[in-house]
Amino acid sequence: MTTLPARSARASDFSASIRGDVVGLLGFLGLVVVLLSLTTDRFFSGTTFTSVAFQLPELGLLTLAMLMPIISGGFNLAATFTANIAGLAMAWVLQRYGGADAGAAAFVLGVVAALAAGSAAGWLMGTIIAYTGAHPILVSLSMMIFLRGLGEFLTHGGDISGFPAFVLTIGQGTLLGIPAPLWVLAACALAWHVVMTRSRLGFATRMIGSNIEATRYSGIDTKRSVTLIYTLSGLMCGIAGVVMLARFNSVRVGHGESYLLITVLACFLGRVDPFGGFGRVVPVVIALVILQVIASGLNLLGANQHLATAMWGAFLLAVMVLRWIWATGFLQSFFRNNPKYGENS
Amino acid sequence: MPDGRILGIGGTERWLILVVLVMIVGLAFSTDTFFTLSNLFALINTSAVNIIFAVGLLVVLIAGGIDISFAVGASVTQYLTTLTVMYGGGGDWAFGFVAAAAFGLMLGAFNAALIYHFRIISIVVTIATFNLFFGGLMFMTGGVSLYDLPDWLADRVVLLHLETASGGAELTLPVAVMAICVAATWLLLRRTTTGRQLYAMGDNPEGARRVGINIGAMHYLAFGWLGMMAGIAGLMQAHYAQEVVPNALYGRELDVLAAVVLGGARLGGGKGTILGAILGILLVAITQNGLNLLGITPYAFKMIIGAIILIAITLSSDGVAKLIGSLRAPKMRGSEA
Repeated sequence: MTTLPARSARASDFSASIRGDVVGLLGFLGLVVVLLSLTTDRFFSGTTFTSVAFQLPELGLLTLAMLMPIISGGFNLAATFTANIAGLAMAWVLQRYGGADAGAAAFVLGVVAALAAGSAAGWLMGTIIAYTGAHPILVSLSMMIFLRGLGEFLTHGGDISGFPAFVLTIGQGTLLGIPAPLWVLAACALAWHVVMTRSRLGFATRMIGSNIEATRYSGIDTKRSVTLIYTLSGLMCGIAGVVMLARFNSVRVGHGESYLLITVLACFLGRVDPFGGFGRVVPVVIALVILQVIASGLNLLGANQHLATAMWGAFLLAVMVLRWIWATGFLQSFFRNNPKYGENS
Repeated sequence: MPDGRILGIGGTERWLILVVLVMIVGLAFSTDTFFTLSNLFALINTSAVNIIFAVGLLVVLIAGGIDISFAVGASVTQYLTTLTVMYGGGGDWAFGFVAAAAFGLMLGAFNAALIYHFRIISIVVTIATFNLFFGGLMFMTGGVSLYDLPDWLADRVVLLHLETASGGAELTLPVAVMAICVAATWLLLRRTTTGRQLYAMGDNPEGARRVGINIGAMHYLAFGWLGMMAGIAGLMQAHYAQEVVPNALYGRELDVLAAVVLGGARLGGGKGTILGAILGILLVAITQNGLNLLGITPYAFKMIIGAIILIAITLSSDGVAKLIGSLRAPKMRGSEA
């Protein structure tokens, strides 16, 4: 009886969704790991998994920053550059309070500055989108041009470095055998999951993505919600900026620019509806692991960087085409026939 | 007030004309070099490629789509065209234009096919094809530029040469091609039923479908038109720069997109004029030119232009218009009475 989800009961609904997308994605992850292990015998080793664990957080935090705007029917194209600017804010604080000799207090203050800078950029975007009705793609695009310009103006295109040694220890250290940045990602993903499933804002986000006018008429303050969504997205970019600074021990405007495509890819591979309204954190996190494993595998195979770029593009198209085929019900009739049969008889 | 709508002058265009004029007057007085024929002609020559891109992109925006792959698509067509021409034993301008337009059309149709047949939103498709085109081009060419262009393509064609006190001023071939592209797009949008159908689809796709507009054909037309314009713009850029560099146009799509939106085109479709798009490009070009002449550090250019676009989008969107409109409405009614 448990093979068919009963839509009314919450528990079975949850287990049904686990069965559906999560199991499918985990299967895909297993397939990717097996294929890469067969391709090169260096893949299935500790070093590969360490590299995945260390590289995942940056991509993951930026994807979380992209997730809420997409579920709300928008986009945040400024994500990577917001993270850069947040990193710059932190670098500025660290350099002001002693540079390489800065203490823990300066570090904490730097983190606060980074989060504040990220949130401020997000808040500005959210306010413009919410109160003027301008399209999120346009607002975040012009914000991206502005932030990139601001970063180039401040750094003149160079690297900012010269941070205390303990920053690198945090960025590349481990806690209980797990890289510190991965703990940060885990905490953020959990927080996002709670926000999306248990809070009013999470509910409002999904409703706004489905139909913003209907949401407004039902008494939800959509302007406040949209502002909050982008502010939180900016906050997440700020966290990503801190992690990027700590891991590379430097800040460069433009670092992580190529992540933009992969964050979008992770969201859509993770079954987020491109038209907004539907999407959950857990499948997106699994999709992230898949993409990072593929990226590390390609790296290990020595694939050309530009070939990898082209491949990510093709992969995104393939995912979208497969989703369309799935949505048309051609494959679903294949999978659903048997349980339905059992139910009816 | 004279009705400028016959000429395509709406509210946004009036503001842009005003701002552009103020900037021209301001720069003419604050710098010696801005208001010279050679500087103005240079401004038009360098803006020609962007304006060709802009009118193509305008068609897609009006139809309710967005495309960020067209600039790298233009780089791909540059390579394909140059290689085809060289294998074909030299070729000439006519062959070059046909090849560039055809390759561009193919890339545009590829986008349209994915968007229409698989119901994928255009921003996602074009983010993907942006990476596919650029990564593929860089991989295939190994990042190597082509300098050995055929003579007809590399030789500068001067249409008009004037000797002025501040040096020679000349208009080159890209300006003429730009004029033809602008005129063709104007004809398409303003003087054909198909053009009006594009507006209709952008404004309300479902409504357009129900009155019998062929939505699929409109997708191919809009993205194909942009592809064709991008191909021609790419050829002009290669002619202007006298070389084909695979990443020369990388990032250009954002500049053009921002400028077209500045000109009043709306994401979500159904709105936008050619005059507005051209004014948007000119505004950005004059700003950059002016900052240059005023001796402001080039590192600040993008920041200033980004801020201008952000402010313009904020001011030109519907919400603010309604806000201002509700404040002004009583007064206007009073003045009419």
